[in-house]
Amino acid sequence: MIEIFQNYGDALLRGFGETILCSIIALIFALIIGSGFAILESTPIRWLRIIARAYIELFRNIPLLVITMFFYVVIPMYVLDISGFVAGTIGLILYSSAFIAETVRAGIQSVDTGQMEGARANGLTFWQAMRYIILPQAFRYVLPPLGNQFINLVKNSSVLAFVAGFDLMYQGNVIASDSLQSMSTYMCVGVLYLIITLPLSYYMRYLEHRLS
Amino acid sequence: MKTKLKKIGGVLALLFLAFVLTACKSQSLANQDVLEEDKQSQTITWGVKADTKLFGLMDVKDNQIKGFEIDIAKALTKQILGKDGKAEFIQVNSQTRMPLLTNGNIDAIIATMTITPERAKQVDFSNSYFDAGQSILVKNGSKVKNVYDLNNSHSTILGVVGSNSVKTIKKFAPKAKLLQLSDYSQALTALKSGQGDALTTDNGILYGMSAENPGYSVVGGTFTKEPYGIAVNKGQTNLRDAINEALTKIEKSGEYNRILYKWFGHVKGFDYKEVRR
Repeated sequence: MIEIFQNYGDALLRGFGETILCSIIALIFALIIGSGFAILESTPIRWLRIIARAYIELFRNIPLLVITMFFYVVIPMYVLDISGFVAGTIGLILYSSAFIAETVRAGIQSVDTGQMEGARANGLTFWQAMRYIILPQAFRYVLPPLGNQFINLVKNSSVLAFVAGFDLMYQGNVIASDSLQSMSTYMCVGVLYLIITLPLSYYMRYLEHRLS
Repeated sequence: MKTKLKKIGGVLALLFLAFVLTACKSQSLANQDVLEEDKQSQTITWGVKADTKLFGLMDVKDNQIKGFEIDIAKALTKQILGKDGKAEFIQVNSQTRMPLLTNGNIDAIIATMTITPERAKQVDFSNSYFDAGQSILVKNGSKVKNVYDLNNSHSTILGVVGSNSVKTIKKFAPKAKLLQLSDYSQALTALKSGQGDALTTDNGILYGMSAENPGYSVVGGTFTKEPYGIAVNKGQTNLRDAINEALTKIEKSGEYNRILYKWFGHVKGFDYKEVRR
């Protein structure tokens, strides 16, 4: 393992950086889009709910690899040139946002309906009530499952390896075939993923603890 | 606290056990004579490609892998084990073939594998059974006429991870960007969708692709020599010698040329006479 780090440390670190970059971008956008669709699903307007439902069911039920390959193969053929990194990140955002939407929706629904009614009775609009009364409470409830989604997102970023996105897994495959030492290479890759996911998981624990 | 420690201890013990077991397996494999075992079971297990047209391709209609390498492996099996010998095929790719061989899942690799000095440190190679050379595949009407046209920073070359050709292309076009995909069908898809300017690998494989996709052609001829060899585990000299002997026999009897003609005789642009033995 040490030998792999010595000989290929450069490539591994570059892959590590790409994985972190992709994860951060995907995490931010997936959280925004996911929360957006969760709110849409809780609106009283019927057609907005139908759109949100359709989006969530579509991307939640297609494998991540299929979504990614669509953006890697079909979009450049007809629309515009996008690289493997971009295709993978878009796939990851769409896929994760569907799961985050489901999680956040559960949180919104777990807030007592009396709160919304009370807020509306006091003259707040639906969006104001959502923003100041419901969402702050909902996010506290969903923090633990949301943490799960974030960790899944980091691990799912390995989909970039299939579309030559130069992430950690991609470099791992290249190094394994170059050094012919599959076992120690993938162990190095595993350790690097742990370096991202373990602190993330502890940070989510800490947030949970602080908010409760 | 105590139970926690116990649990951790348990996990560690399991991990340790796993390591010891894997170590045992490789040790015992080194002492086995694979040829002797194959003779007893009347089967040789070959690791073959299933995504490479002309060499080894899964036929979706009857779920059989077909190609030049499959026929060669069958002919060699008959030579080594006699008429009743059975050839078993396990699908491998450039990344899995080495671990599968060292773990003993397959007896030999016949999967478009170039004989290189680095690989020869890990496995033993037979004599070459096919003389390929690296080339490039481009879209018809592309400005790229040979590999040197790709040596600039705005060119992107597609290859397959773990293949020898991606290492070689770095010497011929060091300035180009190199994307390594997981198999040939994916690399071809990426070329079609415009993710790269050219796809590089051995000419035999590229001719198979251009035969299926008339919009793409092999250009610039070959710029390397890539002799394909059959790989066996280090120390399995009996098996390697048997393979070499069988290979010479089928070359002499004309069976080799017959198989070669069956797969490559009608491929446009491929010089059958040049590789005939």
